Amino acid sequence: MELFVQQVIAGISTGSIYACVALAIVMIYVAIGHLNFAQGEMAMFSTFIAWQLITWGVPYWVAFFLTIAISFVAGIVIERVIFKPLDNAPILSHVVMFIALLTIITSAAGFIWDFSIKTFPSPFGSAPLFGSSLISAHQAGMMVVTLILLLALFFFFRYTRVGLALRASADNPVSARLVGIRVSWMIALGWGLATAIGAVAGMMVAPVVFLEPNMMLGILTYGFAGAVLGGLSSPGGAVLGGFIVGVVENLAGTFIPVIGGELKLTIALCIIILVLVLKPGGLFGRATIQRV
Amino acid sequence: MSVNLEEAAEHPAVAVDIETRPLGRDRTLKILFGILIFVVAIALPFVTKSFFVFQVTMVMIYAIAILGLNLLTGFNGQFSLGHAAFYAIGAYTAAILMDKAGISYVWTLPVAGIVCFVFGFLFGLPALRLEGIYLALATFALSVATPQILKLSPLEHWTGGVQGIVIMKPDAPFGLPLNQDQWLYFFTLIVTAIMFWMASNMLRSRTGRAMMAIRDNPIASRSMGVNNSLYKATTFGISATYTGIAGALGAIVVQFVAPDSFTVVLSIALLVGLVVGGVGWIPGAFFGGLFVLFVPNIAESISKGLSGAFYGLILMLLVFIMPTGVAGFLALIRHKVLRRGA
Amino acid sequence: MTKLLEVKGLHAGYGQTKVLHGIDFSIDEGSVTTLLGANGAGKTTTLRALCGMIRRSGDILLSGEQINRKQTEDIVRVGVAHVPDGRGTFTRQTVEENLQLGAMARSDKAGIAQDLELVFSYFPILKERRTQQAGLLSGGEQQMLAVGRALMLRPKLMLLDEPSFGLAPMITREIFEIFRELNRKEKVSMLVVEQNAQIALELADQAYLLETGRIVFSGRADDIRDDENLRKAYLGY
Repeated sequence: MELFVQQVIAGISTGSIYACVALAIVMIYVAIGHLNFAQGEMAMFSTFIAWQLITWGVPYWVAFFLTIAISFVAGIVIERVIFKPLDNAPILSHVVMFIALLTIITSAAGFIWDFSIKTFPSPFGSAPLFGSSLISAHQAGMMVVTLILLLALFFFFRYTRVGLALRASADNPVSARLVGIRVSWMIALGWGLATAIGAVAGMMVAPVVFLEPNMMLGILTYGFAGAVLGGLSSPGGAVLGGFIVGVVENLAGTFIPVIGGELKLTIALCIIILVLVLKPGGLFGRATIQRV
Repeated sequence: MSVNLEEAAEHPAVAVDIETRPLGRDRTLKILFGILIFVVAIALPFVTKSFFVFQVTMVMIYAIAILGLNLLTGFNGQFSLGHAAFYAIGAYTAAILMDKAGISYVWTLPVAGIVCFVFGFLFGLPALRLEGIYLALATFALSVATPQILKLSPLEHWTGGVQGIVIMKPDAPFGLPLNQDQWLYFFTLIVTAIMFWMASNMLRSRTGRAMMAIRDNPIASRSMGVNNSLYKATTFGISATYTGIAGALGAIVVQFVAPDSFTVVLSIALLVGLVVGGVGWIPGAFFGGLFVLFVPNIAESISKGLSGAFYGLILMLLVFIMPTGVAGFLALIRHKVLRRGA
Repeated sequence: MTKLLEVKGLHAGYGQTKVLHGIDFSIDEGSVTTLLGANGAGKTTTLRALCGMIRRSGDILLSGEQINRKQTEDIVRVGVAHVPDGRGTFTRQTVEENLQLGAMARSDKAGIAQDLELVFSYFPILKERRTQQAGLLSGGEQQMLAVGRALMLRPKLMLLDEPSFGLAPMITREIFEIFRELNRKEKVSMLVVEQNAQIALELADQAYLLETGRIVFSGRADDIRDDENLRKAYLGY
């Protein structure tokens, strides 16, 4: 039993990483209507920018907010330059574009900063929280940051006109133009926001997993899983989904013999697929209602 | 291209014609093309180096695998990021049959096909409830899981674990004056021709029409009496069969299978090949195969350190120049030529 | 009477297919004009061309100002509200959010709140359902929502694309009654595209008949209604 509780807490603590990434994924899904496979790599690149700034002697929090700003602008630029011309192209072309972007970013980061593993500082320190070895001050801080981000997004989407315009553009782009919303810029804004959130996720995750060009690969998979599990239309659900994935992964690794450890990722994914088969909209997603 | 895309967006029927018949319905043109390709295909292994023959063989193998994916995505509207799994199952089936049971390589292909059909069909059943991005995630999970399962210690006796299985290259039969590479080339060529011929026949049949009806409008197809679930699961099975046979051929030609050859990277490569060739156009698979095999090498020859970046850039350029793949590009050229002629 | 909208030599189509072959018409300030015609005559295309949703050429003057090069979003901002075919509901947002979205091009908070109440006074059912997901409304309610959304712009000109489509005759009548009222009380000019010629002619002051992308007749709505030959030839009743 004690082992069980321990593993659950450890799961929540890794889950906070996934929750943060899942939130970024859902954001872009809400804004542009599909998943961005390059999101993890974009977050990794942002984190490298922060690392570079800190290495140059910029104080942590200045570098933190500067990186967010740079990422926001970069997200908008990427959308304008690469994805806007593909407006009318089929979804699969977009998917391939994401793959191209992903390889370019990874390769560029490796070229600029090489593939060696770098440590990334934590603003919260790495001491264990309350003397418990299960959860560190950094992980607690990360959860707080994720929560603040979630609340801020909730208010933004729920109570501001721009938030409403963003939702409307994703819901029905043609109609959105007919009420005067500049849909094409809303999509760019969505990219900017998602990239900025990705940057936060990257900077929060990096102290735990260390910084290198492939750092987000595994995490992104878990993040996707969390986002899909929670329901892609629900930021809150995505965060919860991220935590659930963390706990499930840990428990599966500990309690399922023979195939534990190595197959952690597989088992987590299988459980998620099972949930999806039973509840296709995700646990907390709104089912899409369609009149025939 | 923009005019065409716009047209395509508003008139799906035109779009289908543009993308699935880039050469139009002109029979003589097709026959001429056919003869040309036939002559080149026969002459090729006698006039080029052995390694190039091997590469072209691999292009055909990837083309079969991409065709399998195309049947699923292009003609039935289901996504898959997991076709590396079926490729792996086909490859391992062939390798184990040859290594453990001493069965001739020729007979491993139908067995691999049947095994993959069963796996594909079974996987397709739960996948029925998943659409779009959810199906992508499920198939992605399959891709991630495959190499890990192949490495499992309880299966090591069969799979050879991380080491994989080494198999022997077959000689040309009936005393034909061909070396091993040449023979494998012709063997693959024959299999490829059969596979493509069967696919285009199937698509013209009742089954094919049902598959496409489901893609275009699942509600309408159901109301016309098509059993959507059965057809979707069956399409998954057939798609897996194609990719699995490609995997088996791949194992025979490469003479080696190992878990790490069949990661999610292969799944993504097949998907990229599909899009580059043209979704929903059968011959597009060959262009996809060319891309999968040659473009990473080209990128590496430009710059070793930035090969990933150049691969991505080439891919981006291709998507910009031909957003609907080679199929759409050929259609555009034909469109322009015809207009000038008229 | 001053002209609110003047259209001269309007051509438009989809990709290679031309649908409108140079049509001319105008709308008087404060009037209701209807555009009638069979399926495929180019009625919906005309509205889309006016709003810049498709490529078009020709003159489009709104209160004397040329708008034929403007983007859809900017045409909305000069006071043209389009109620599209299929109603264009934001299905995942609530009824009230849908109405708020109609006022996206405005920034006067007090005026928007006032107009929200105005819409609710015309369509009380929307007030009852204000927190409901809009995709769950019935066809008639969604049509009301679409009209309400257009009103929230406080438009000079409202373009209505087949408002009777898919509605029960009773509800159609009800909605057209409200159009009449909106036109009289709120001074909204309207361009109504309809297949149901009878009900459109009752509402309209001016009418145009469209056939395969050309205007074949124009005149006062009353005249068309009274001309049996014309009715039989073009409108089939």
